[in-house]
Amino acid sequence: MSEARERLVVIGNGMAGVACVDQILKHTTAFDITIFGDETHVNYNRILLSSVLAGEKEFEDIVLNDIDWYRRHGIRARLGVRVEAIDRLARTVTGAGGSVTPYDKLIIATGSSAFVPPISGIGKGGVFVWRTMDDTRQLVALSGQGIKAVVIGGGLLGLEAARGLQVRGCDVTVVHLAGHLMERQLDATGGSYLTRKMNALGINVLTGRYTQAILGGSHVEGLRFHDGSEIEANLVVIAAGIRPNVSLAKQAGLQVDRGIVVNDHLETSDPRIFAVGECTEHRGQIFGLVAPLFEQGKVLAAAITGNRGAAFEASAPAAKLKIMGVDVFSAGECDDSKPGAQSIRYEDPALGIYKKLILQEDRLIGAILVGDASDDHRYFDWIRTKKDLAKDRRYLLTPPPAADSGFDVAQMADSETVCGCLGVTKGAIIQAVHEHGVCSMAQLKDRTRASSGCGSCGQLCKSLLQAVVPGFAEDKVKALCDCVAFSQDQLREMIRTQQLKSVQDVLDIYGNSIGCEVCKPAISYLVDVIWCGGHQEDRSARFINDRVHANIQKDGTFSVVPRMRGGVTTPAELRRIADVAEKYNVPMVKVTGSQRIDLLGIRKEDLPGVWADLDMPSGQAYAKGLRMVKTCVGSEFCRFGTQDSIAAGVELEKRLENLFTPHKTKLAVVGCPRNCAEATVKDIGLVGQDGSWQVVVGGAAGKGVRKADLLVTVESTDEALESAELFF
Amino acid sequence: MIPAATGWVRVTAAADIPPREGRAVRLGGADVAIFNLGERFVAIENRCPHRGGPLADGIVSNHDGAITVTCPLHNWRICLESGTVRKPTTGPACRRSYPAKVEDGVVLVDLRGINTDPLGEHPGC
Ligand SMILES: Cc1cc2nc3c(=O)[nH]c(=O)nc-3n(C[C@H](O)[C@H](O)[C@H](O)COP(=O)(O)OP(=O)(O)OC[C@H]3O[C@@H](n4cnc5c(N)ncnc54)[C@H](O)[C@@H]3O)c2cc1C
Ligand code: FES
Repeated sequence: MSEARERLVVIGNGMAGVACVDQILKHTTAFDITIFGDETHVNYNRILLSSVLAGEKEFEDIVLNDIDWYRRHGIRARLGVRVEAIDRLARTVTGAGGSVTPYDKLIIATGSSAFVPPISGIGKGGVFVWRTMDDTRQLVALSGQGIKAVVIGGGLLGLEAARGLQVRGCDVTVVHLAGHLMERQLDATGGSYLTRKMNALGINVLTGRYTQAILGGSHVEGLRFHDGSEIEANLVVIAAGIRPNVSLAKQAGLQVDRGIVVNDHLETSDPRIFAVGECTEHRGQIFGLVAPLFEQGKVLAAAITGNRGAAFEASAPAAKLKIMGVDVFSAGECDDSKPGAQSIRYEDPALGIYKKLILQEDRLIGAILVGDASDDHRYFDWIRTKKDLAKDRRYLLTPPPAADSGFDVAQMADSETVCGCLGVTKGAIIQAVHEHGVCSMAQLKDRTRASSGCGSCGQLCKSLLQAVVPGFAEDKVKALCDCVAFSQDQLREMIRTQQLKSVQDVLDIYGNSIGCEVCKPAISYLVDVIWCGGHQEDRSARFINDRVHANIQKDGTFSVVPRMRGGVTTPAELRRIADVAEKYNVPMVKVTGSQRIDLLGIRKEDLPGVWADLDMPSGQAYAKGLRMVKTCVGSEFCRFGTQDSIAAGVELEKRLENLFTPHKTKLAVVGCPRNCAEATVKDIGLVGQDGSWQVVVGGAAGKGVRKADLLVTVESTDEALESAELFF
Repeated sequence: MIPAATGWVRVTAAADIPPREGRAVRLGGADVAIFNLGERFVAIENRCPHRGGPLADGIVSNHDGAITVTCPLHNWRICLESGTVRKPTTGPACRRSYPAKVEDGVVLVDLRGINTDPLGEHPGC
């Protein structure tokens, strides 16, 4: 086909822009698409930056469209390129660096930026905003034990920031201008319940404070408020609201008010230019949550492909705080002072539960839930559908006596929204099951994207699948064992937020208080790594090998393997080993496959004596942790060696020994590609070559054999060690 | 060595066995594993019915409501009250369990006594 394809340029590689492109691809693949993004990352789920900050997820986990997606759809991704101008006459956009790209249709999806209030000293070091992956990485790098962090702004974003910094060890205070937290979503009572919950997590909350100045020299040292009071701080995060990114549109002469003004079909004042996302303003309204933005994307996609359908109508806003253990939901109005509005309330200070529904003429117009948000879907649906509740008024906050207490998926109407972020209804999920054979959460996500936004509807999606899929199988994220009905990830989160330091605490609170050989060692590992060894060690929860630093054998005796870094030993050590072997009548002395010496058949009662006489650290040949770093001879002696593998191996083992991992970990360093110490079938291997090192990872030579993949090639030994360490 | 025939035998200070751990002792010719379950102590022959693993070195666990110890060799679960195997089978294979108690901070084991299965499924060994 010779006809030139229509060129579509998208400015902004964020959630709304890319979701919209995804929708356009459903209509047509005829466009020649270029997406500009000034962030260097592929499209990711910005919402889940909260989870990244809190250490529950890594960047890879929140990628929405990987580079392969762009390739598959022939989309040119210009990442790390900021668009600096739009020329509407020439129909081109100019990227930073001067590149000029012509368009036939243009979509502006520039999102918004953090609003930085004009506080004196705001430019000091240590003051940050939080919007992007890079911001998040910076915060992660700077937070830790002993850091006094202050978050300015007690809205959704501010609270999630506070929580993330706190689980990373910071001492956190939230400073809020209004009289109570989340004042746009909660009333004063709801706000005070929330404050109590934040306090219970160990986060300080100061409300009604206007920050007047950031104190300190070049780096922040504290904050001063309008009343003259001061507080210490060495890290400040500003979460005081957002402002739509409109400067490009404004310069181009498009109609701009607070946001880029769009009509019901997301067209701007220029018929070739559309806008979507947080940069837009629709009927005087601007946006801060994704649900309506995805809706916009659908309407835009229809309009731009000539399939103009329903007009965009912003749905009632619904917000949910993503802090585990702090359930907060708010939808619609939160002000009940309007004429004709009536509110129904329930509160239990002891349980920390507060609920308020606001009705007008028997229709729900707003809901606030703190401490128990299990009914959020029902309420949100009532608000959306403007359901007449005259008959149900008696049971709005409490279920009718006979009904079972849990939320019943069978009672949901097909039109009810299950996933608020992506606007997926119950009907759509059932259709996915019946027509596309969806039978797991992963497939459901793939097909409908349900629960790929903030994720809070996951449980509901699962219940639905359970109800309609015969033989529904849970995804691989499995509970640890029968004793503790939570997955590792959940436990990690609970241990962190609830500050649990011992295995028994975890079992008492979340398990059957007894535990077993599966969960106890796993929880031991979790409390150990989460608190970096600052946990309460419980030997009874460890496997016998870890208790006695030796490996139990078939007859109940033990084998002892002293540490011998890089397989290097000394005559003195060998002499001691020989003495021990004789003194305790060790029946077998053997060189292991890991270049160490194994003393087999030692009686349990002799173990303390053996270790004392050896006077060497344990080689942890039994541990789920670093076992050893195997080395070949290397350049010091070998005539083929190109790198000093022994020195590098010994150093690597020193740095990583005593670190625990979910599974045993074996490393090796070889001085040349002949690979004598088999580095390419180790979890991490360093392969020396002339003038550089290859760092290879992911190898195995156990039940299955796998060749390691190349991670990086670096020049110096220092860099090689550092890469290995970072990967570890 | 204390002969088995004397019934209750004083074994060791209760404080010598940490909570949820086991210790092996040899009593009147029998290898016995004593466990501290927090609120009480239990005693069982220290040989796994499977291949003789040292039960005293196992992790205290539970199986369908019974308190068990998991053998460190191949993860069989043995009921600490009755000595019966709970996993992998609930067959008749079992080990002898002994009544145990603490008096004045000292653990006592009754080498002549026999415990019965708390779930009533199997007689003790
Ligand atoms: C930490 C955090 C938690 C959140 N939690 C929730 C939540 O729980 N629920 C919810 O609904 N919403 C949440 N949000 C809000 C949600 O992320 C946004 O509503 C959504 O990302 C908006 O999408 P967008 O595409 O309009 O903007 P963005 O996702 O910000 O995308 C815009 C992109 O355009 C780029 N860009 C801007 N100007 C240019 C230019 N000139 N040239 C090239 N590129 C440009 C930006 O760098 C950005 O990458 C959260 C936001 C944050 C930061
Ligand atoms: S010896 Fe106890 S499980 Fe095999």
